[in-house]
Amino acid sequence: MVQLKVNGVTRKFEGDPEMPLLWYLRDMLEMTGTKYGCGMGLCGACTVHVDGKAVRSCQTTMANAAGKSVVTIEGLKGQHPLQKAWMAASVPQCGYCQSGQIMQAASLLKEHAKPTDAQIDEAMQGNICRCGTYGRIRSAIKTAAGVKA
Amino acid sequence: MSTIKVMERRAFLKYTFGAGALILGTHVESWASDADKAAFHPDVFVGIQPTGEVIIVAHRSEMGTGSKSTLPMVVADELDADWKRVRVEQAIGDEKYGSQNTDGSCSIRDFVAIMKIAGATARTMLETAAAQKWNVPAGECKAQLGFIVHAKSGKKLGFGELAAAAAKLPVPDKATLKFKPESEYRYINKNVPNVDQLDIIEGRGTFGMDAKMPGMLVASIEHSPVYGGKMASFDAAEAKKVAGVRDVIVLDPFKPPHNFQPLGGVAVLADHTWAALQGRKKLKVEWDLGPNASYDSDRYREQLLATAKQPGKVVRNQGDVEAGFASAAKIHEASYSTPLLSHAPMETPAAVAEFKDGKVVCHAATQNPQAVQETVAGALGIDKKDVTCHVTLLGGGFGRKSKPDYVAEAALLSKKTGKPVKVVWSREDDIRNDFYHSTAGMYMKAGLDASGKPTTWLHRSAFPSIGTTFDDKAEYAMELEMGMGWNDLPYDIPNHRAENGPAKNHIRIGWLRAVANVYHAFAIHSFTDELAHLAGKDPIEYTLGLLGPGRKIEMKPVGMNYWNHNQKQSDFPVDTARMRNVIDLVAQKSGWAKRKASKGHGWGFAAHRSFLTYVAVVTEVQVDDRGRLTIPNMHIAVDAGQTYNRDRVISQFEGAATFGTSIAMMSEISVKDGKVQQSNFHNYQVARMPEAPRNTHIHLINSKELAAGVGEPGVPPVPPSIANAIFAATGKRVRDLPMRKTKLV
Repeated sequence: MVQLKVNGVTRKFEGDPEMPLLWYLRDMLEMTGTKYGCGMGLCGACTVHVDGKAVRSCQTTMANAAGKSVVTIEGLKGQHPLQKAWMAASVPQCGYCQSGQIMQAASLLKEHAKPTDAQIDEAMQGNICRCGTYGRIRSAIKTAAGVKA
Repeated sequence: MSTIKVMERRAFLKYTFGAGALILGTHVESWASDADKAAFHPDVFVGIQPTGEVIIVAHRSEMGTGSKSTLPMVVADELDADWKRVRVEQAIGDEKYGSQNTDGSCSIRDFVAIMKIAGATARTMLETAAAQKWNVPAGECKAQLGFIVHAKSGKKLGFGELAAAAAKLPVPDKATLKFKPESEYRYINKNVPNVDQLDIIEGRGTFGMDAKMPGMLVASIEHSPVYGGKMASFDAAEAKKVAGVRDVIVLDPFKPPHNFQPLGGVAVLADHTWAALQGRKKLKVEWDLGPNASYDSDRYREQLLATAKQPGKVVRNQGDVEAGFASAAKIHEASYSTPLLSHAPMETPAAVAEFKDGKVVCHAATQNPQAVQETVAGALGIDKKDVTCHVTLLGGGFGRKSKPDYVAEAALLSKKTGKPVKVVWSREDDIRNDFYHSTAGMYMKAGLDASGKPTTWLHRSAFPSIGTTFDDKAEYAMELEMGMGWNDLPYDIPNHRAENGPAKNHIRIGWLRAVANVYHAFAIHSFTDELAHLAGKDPIEYTLGLLGPGRKIEMKPVGMNYWNHNQKQSDFPVDTARMRNVIDLVAQKSGWAKRKASKGHGWGFAAHRSFLTYVAVVTEVQVDDRGRLTIPNMHIAVDAGQTYNRDRVISQFEGAATFGTSIAMMSEISVKDGKVQQSNFHNYQVARMPEAPRNTHIHLINSKELAAGVGEPGVPPVPPSIANAIFAATGKRVRDLPMRKTKLV
């Protein structure tokens, strides 16, 4: 049995410990804000925080997540400065990748409260947006961090 | 163009209108068939509840362009509704709405007029109802943010309080309607967020991948690795041992032409997605690969290039091309090629369906819910009226989700299992079994006068046609493919010919954002840049010379109608004045005149009309000493006619800059022995943040012309602008996409 915390709530899981956290969140907890995009850690759509750090939930097994604290997009409750900046800049087009983008950016701001362009590139290059909202993502991160565009 | 009438409340129970609601039905004409146009298809676009809540139906799919929000905003503005009290309802698939096929960049241009009429009609009726109640002239009553106000007396009633009385009034003739002046718009062009934006940002938006039905199974389907292959045998013993796997079911192969039919294959059904994917891995399937197992896309591309060097079917002919070449001072010729491309929307194809009592209900990420009805009905042998398609948000579409093969898979599997079934395509399924953007080979030849200006122009093009979707024997292009920036090139050249060479097809070909414009624009605008450099002229000045003076040109292709994106040339002529205007704007905004190329640093230009919109691009590239390219700046000037949601228009061109960069630099599907070689984002590459243009500057002309396309027309000029910038920076002329395959230093 695997025990973990998801958005502050303790959960128990008795299924296949090799199941990726992604499918546990989506299919077992019905928390569908975390998205499937590639299943190989290549696109970032499934990004969540495990013990405060951004990880790809499609590459994190339930065994890996045991005893850890997981935060998903639902766990930010719309209160994160990035979510407010995302709203103000109207970042999303189709919106599918944006949960992952926001979770990745939230992790970046924990590490670098005032990120440079190079740090933004480095942190965000694993998150694909096929609609091409990268410019607005960059500017929303800067707004949330209070750094000049 | 439209008829409005008051509808009976019982016709719209699903919208749960209360007694005393005002509900306006409309007869919509769009680019539906003549048969559709003849029929009366009323339904609700706007309804006002006795509570004052306004319900507006969005009948187009939302895949990121904002049309689900923009069209209702137009209704709300004409009505002067309070947007906070407006509920936008996504329509199910139904022919009564006219076309719901959300592609072709036509949602606004085809439907904005009817939305204005619907809003103005409802407002007029509410104002009239108030005037009668207060016994004052109707002209003194005015709608204001959800109320009708009589300024002289200070009287005021909410829309909801007037709805019942308004519903009893005759519907005003649309010729008598008064529309708001632009200066009074509250929502149009005011950057109001999309209705789903907050849900998306908080992780609550429901995409096709998120749709569910109680008791559903999840299916992962093995399709033939080669187009047209058939299952020979399979062994499901190991797959069935995976915990959670419930069944393994064979789906029959499609019958040519493939149309939107399911491909056929072997489905693993399980309690949840992970079990289905694990079971799928254990499945052993032997395929009879069929005649396309020898398809090799590199060899095929060479054949297309060879075909394009030979005379083909003439699709445009002006003047005397032979005589023009014979008398030219100089000849320049070049061949260009582009690969197959996959759409790769971030959300892979996904849908859930339940077959019960002879009927299907499904929830799908689809650009075309009416095609879902037809395809599902065809696959199950039921009437399309017995297919109810709910449209979810789409995690990108780009043309892929116009083809609902995956929805029919879910419906077929539900029929076979007796349970609701959700079909989930993996990224590998998506990349390997797409409806691919066509690969193309193009040959260009110009006869130049002594000044370096062409007097003669020949453009030959060969590519497998989208027409093979509907006719597997088709070898020549459809009118729509020819009319996409190829036989409508507005250059002022006396001798001008376009020819189409034959191409047999070996894989599913489909439309991808901007379609045939993509490869035609790449060849034409790269070649134009080559000619400018040969003549020693500035590429922008040279292009303006080719366009000639500002004028409207009537296109007369040979042996066919000019497609003109399904619009009359009288409404949307090819207008070189508008093209010149965006070129002047992009030159000015990018500081073109003072941009001088240096080693590893250059600026490139291209301008293209597509989807009735005029777009000019200037791109700056930097190539470092290891040949790595970055794009510090891209300027895009746009005349898309009147806009209705300025920020969303700008965002579409920002997105096109990145989508076009992916096409130019990195994306390629290749096929060996009939099998697609790419499978996921490690080998099917698309632009990531550092590869996308760092700064995209969109310069939108405040046009009074009719609204034109927005979703697609930004894409075509981007790849040639990058190729031309690379030439300026490095002296290398890249004629084959993607450009990453050419060493830049």
